[in-house]
Amino acid sequence: MTLNMLLSHLPALQVVVPLLAAPLCALLRPRHLAWAVATLTSWVCLLISLTLVAQVQAGGTLRYTFGGWPSPWGIEYVVDLLGAYVLLIVSLIAALVLPYARRSVEREIDPEHHSLFYTALLLCLCGLLGIVITGDAFNLFVFLEISSLSTYTLISFGRDRRALTASYQYLIMGTIGATFFLIGVGLLYVLTGTLNMADLAERIVPLAESRTLHTAFAFILVGVSLKLALFPLHLWLPNAYAHAPSVVSAFIASTATKVAVYVVVRFIFSLFGYRFAFDQMQLDWVLLPLAIIGIFTASVVAVFQENVKRMLAYSSLAQIGYMMLGISLDSVTGLTASLLHLFNHALMKGALFMALGAVFYRIGSVQLGQMAGLGRQMPWTLGAVVAGGLSLIGVPLTVGFISKWYLILAVIEQGWWILAALVLVTSLIALVYMWRVVETSYFQPRPAGAVIAGEAPLSLIAPTWLLVLANLYFGIDTGFTIDLAGSAAAALIGGEP
Amino acid sequence: MTPDSQETILLALLVPLVGACGMALAWKRANLRETVTLFTSGLLLLLVWSLVPGVLAGDRPELRLIEMLPGLAISFKVEPLGMLFACVASLLWPINSIYSIGYMRGNRESRQTLFYICFAIALSAAIGVAFAGNLLTLFVFYEVLTLSTYPLVTHKGNDSARQGGRVYLGILISTSILLLLPAIVWTLVAAGTLDFTPGGVLRGHLEGPLLGLLLFLFMFGIGKAALMPVHRWLPAAMVAPTPVSALLHAVAVVKAGVFSIVKVIVYIFGIDLLQEVSSGDWLLYVAGFTIIVASVIALRQDNLKRRLAYSTVSQLSYVILGAAILAPISVLGAAIHIAAHAFGKITLFFAAGAIYTAAHKTEISQLRGIGRRMPWTMLAFSIGALSMIGVPPAAGFISKWYILSGALQTEQLLAVLVIIASTLLNAAYFVPIIYSAFFLREDVGLTGDGHGEAPLPIVIALTMTAGLTILMFFMPELPLALAQQLILTAK
Repeated sequence: MTLNMLLSHLPALQVVVPLLAAPLCALLRPRHLAWAVATLTSWVCLLISLTLVAQVQAGGTLRYTFGGWPSPWGIEYVVDLLGAYVLLIVSLIAALVLPYARRSVEREIDPEHHSLFYTALLLCLCGLLGIVITGDAFNLFVFLEISSLSTYTLISFGRDRRALTASYQYLIMGTIGATFFLIGVGLLYVLTGTLNMADLAERIVPLAESRTLHTAFAFILVGVSLKLALFPLHLWLPNAYAHAPSVVSAFIASTATKVAVYVVVRFIFSLFGYRFAFDQMQLDWVLLPLAIIGIFTASVVAVFQENVKRMLAYSSLAQIGYMMLGISLDSVTGLTASLLHLFNHALMKGALFMALGAVFYRIGSVQLGQMAGLGRQMPWTLGAVVAGGLSLIGVPLTVGFISKWYLILAVIEQGWWILAALVLVTSLIALVYMWRVVETSYFQPRPAGAVIAGEAPLSLIAPTWLLVLANLYFGIDTGFTIDLAGSAAAALIGGEP
Repeated sequence: MTPDSQETILLALLVPLVGACGMALAWKRANLRETVTLFTSGLLLLLVWSLVPGVLAGDRPELRLIEMLPGLAISFKVEPLGMLFACVASLLWPINSIYSIGYMRGNRESRQTLFYICFAIALSAAIGVAFAGNLLTLFVFYEVLTLSTYPLVTHKGNDSARQGGRVYLGILISTSILLLLPAIVWTLVAAGTLDFTPGGVLRGHLEGPLLGLLLFLFMFGIGKAALMPVHRWLPAAMVAPTPVSALLHAVAVVKAGVFSIVKVIVYIFGIDLLQEVSSGDWLLYVAGFTIIVASVIALRQDNLKRRLAYSTVSQLSYVILGAAILAPISVLGAAIHIAAHAFGKITLFFAAGAIYTAAHKTEISQLRGIGRRMPWTMLAFSIGALSMIGVPPAAGFISKWYILSGALQTEQLLAVLVIIASTLLNAAYFVPIIYSAFFLREDVGLTGDGHGEAPLPIVIALTMTAGLTILMFFMPELPLALAQQLILTAK
C-alpha cells in the first residue's frame, strides 16, 4: 500500500526530492557529506524518472494535482511521453555527473564553497526537472528562474576570473529572456484567465486571430530562444561553457539547453498548436533560416577556437541549430529527429565535457596547445574524447549517426536537398575541429617543460566512459530511444485537431 | 540456410575481434601475440572457406542481427560476389601475417601490438562489408574499415604520417558522409528498401537523369574505389608500413570499394535498368579516364610504393569499367579482377617491402642489379607485374580477357581502346624495373653493405602470393564459378 502511495506521488517527488535535499546540502558543512547527499539525490531522481517512463509507457499520460486542487485552478503536474523522456535525460546526466563531481570539484573550487556548490547544483537540477514536469505556465516560469539563478551561481564558481563576467553576461541575457517569457505568459493570462497549459491550449483555439495572442507567442518564443541560445541570441553561451567549472559545463551543456528546446516544443506543439505556429505565425520562416545560419556559423567558428571547451560550446550552438531545424521542418520525422538528438547530444556532449574535465584535472588547462601529446599519457581520457568526437561527427555505431540519419531522412522527405547538403557539410566541419584535437593530442610532443600527466582518477574516468559506452550502445540498439522519440513526436503532432 | 552457416557468418565477424582482444592481452609478449594473430587468421580462413560449397550449391545464408533503425537491421547475406571477396581477404590475411612478422621485426617498428589489433579489426570490417545484406550494414562496416585503418596509416607517428592520415581520413570520411550517406537515404526514400536484391530495387522508382545523379553519388561516395578525382587518399596512405599497404591498400580497403561499387550496380540499380537509361554512361568514361591517367602518373613516379599506388588506382578502375560496360561477361571479368588484382598487387607490395627491409631502398632508380641479390623477391615481383599487365601465365590475363570480351560484345570501342592503351602503359612502367633489376649492373657507390635476400618470413609470404597468381591462371574454376553465379542471379 505504501509503495502504491509512493508511486502515485512520483511526479511530485521528482521535484520535491532535490528541492528538499538542496538546503540540506547547504547545512552540511563536511563537504564529503554534502557531496554524498547530492549524489544520492541524483540517483533517486534517476530512479523516479525511470519509473515515470515505465508508467507513462504502460498507462499513458500521468496527471498529478497538487494539494488535491483540481486543474485548472490548482497547479497540475503532467508527465506525458515527451516529458518523461526529457526528465530521463536530465536525471541521467545528473546521476553520472555527480559521482564525477567529487574529485573535480575538490580540484577546482575552494573547500569552503563546496556545500554551496552542491546546493546550487541540486537547485539547478530541481529547476530543470520542474520545467519539464509542470503543466502550469507560470509555474514553469518559476522553475525557469530557479534553474537560471542557480546556473549563474554555478558558473561564477569557475576558477578563472572571467567566469564572473561570463556569469554576469548570462545573468543579464537570461533575465531578459525570462522577462520576455513572463510577459508572454502574462498576456496569455489576460487573454484567457487561465495558466494551466492544457486549459490554455483549449481556450486559445477560438482566439487564433487575436493580436494579443500573436504578441504573446512572439514574446514567449524570443524569451525561450534566449535560454536555448538560438542564433543570434547565443552570445552568453560560449563564455559560460568555457569558464564554468568542468562539472558545471558537463551538466548544463547536456541538460539546460535541452530543457529549453523542450519548452519550445511544448509551447509550439502542445499549447499554441503547430498549425497556429506554422500556418498562421509562419514560424518556419523565422526558425529555419536562424537554425541554418546558426549551424553554419557556429561550426565554422568552432574550428578556430584554441580553448577546447569553447570549441565544444560553439559546437553545441550548431547542435542546437540541428534541433531547431528538425522542429521547423514541421513533420513527424523532423520532430523525431530533434527529439532523438536531444537525448543523443546530451550523451555526446556530456562525455566530451567530462573527458575535458579530466584533462583539466591533470594539467589545469584545456587549451589545445597544452593538450599536445596527451594521447599517450592519458589514454582513457583522450580515448573518450576521440569516441565522443566520432559521435559528434556522426560516424556509424554511435548515437550521432542515428541523429544525423533521421535529420537527413526528414530533410530529404521534404525534398530539400540543399539542406541535406548543409547538414552533411557541417558534420564534416565537426570532423575538422575534432580532428584538430585528435592530431594535437596524439601526434605532437608534449610542450617543453610540461609535467608528465598520468591518467585521471577512476572516479572521473568511470562516469565518462559510462557515457561513452552509452554513446555506442544507443547508437547500435536504438529501439528504446527511437521508440520514445518517435511516439512522443507522433503524439505531439497527431494530437492536434 | 542451415543455422550452421548462420553461426559461421557470425563467427567470421567475431573471430578477428576476439583475436584482437587476445592480442591486447598478450601486449608486449611478441611471440604470443603473433601466435594469436596467425591462429586467428587461420581460423577466419577456415570459417570463410567453409561457406564456399554451400554458396556454390545455391545457398544464400542470411543472418539478421539487431534492428538499428526501424525496419533496417544490421543483416548479412552471403552471395557469390561477397563470398569471392571474403575468400580473397581471408586467404591473404594469414600470408600477410607471416609477412608482417618478418617486416615489423626486421624494421624494428614501434607499437606493434596496436598494429596487429587494428589489422584484426579492419579484417572483421572487411568481412562485414563482404557479407552485408543491405546498404546500411555495408555503410556501417565501410566506415569501421576507414576508422580502424587510420591508426595503421599513421603508424609512424611523424609529420608525414599525420599529413597522409589527414588526406586519407579526410577524403574517405567526407566522400562517404557527403555523398554515400545521402545516396543511401535517397535510395531508402525512393525505393523503400535498402536490401541487396538480384535485379536491383530502383526499377519503377527513379528514372532518367535522377538515376544518373544517384549513380554519381554512389560512385564518388564510395571513395575507397579511388575513382578520379577522389583517388588522392591512396597514394597518401602509402606512408603506412608496407604490410598495411599490401593487405589493406591493395586488397581489403580498395577491394571493399570496388566490391561495393559492383554490388551497388548489380544489386541496387540492376544491370538491365542501367542499360536502358543513358544517364549512367558517364561512368564508363570516368573509369576509362582514371585507368589511363593513373597509369601515366604511375609512369612518372620514382618511388616504388607510389608507382604501385597509382597502378592500384588504375587497376581498380578496371573493375569499375568492367561493371560499367554492363555486359554480363564484363561484370564477370570485374568480379574475377577483384581476386586477380589482389594476388598480383599484394605480391608487388610484398616485394617493395622486402627491398626496403633488406636494402633500405625505396626508389626505382636505386634498383639496378638488385635481382641478383634478391632473386626470389624480384622473381615474385616479375610475376606480379605480369599479372598487372595481363599476360599469361598470370591471373590478370583472365579477368582482362573477360572485360575485353564484354567490351567487344557490346561494341564499346572506347573501352577496348582504353584496355589496350593501359596494357601498353602497364608494360611501360613495370618492364623497365624488371629489366634493370636483372640485367643492369649495380651502382658501385650505392650499396656498400652487401645485403642479401629479405628475412625468411617475407620471402615465404611473397613466394606464396606469387604462386597464387600463377595458380589462379591455371585453376580459375572457383572464382569463375562464383562470378558466373553472380551474373546468373543478376539476370
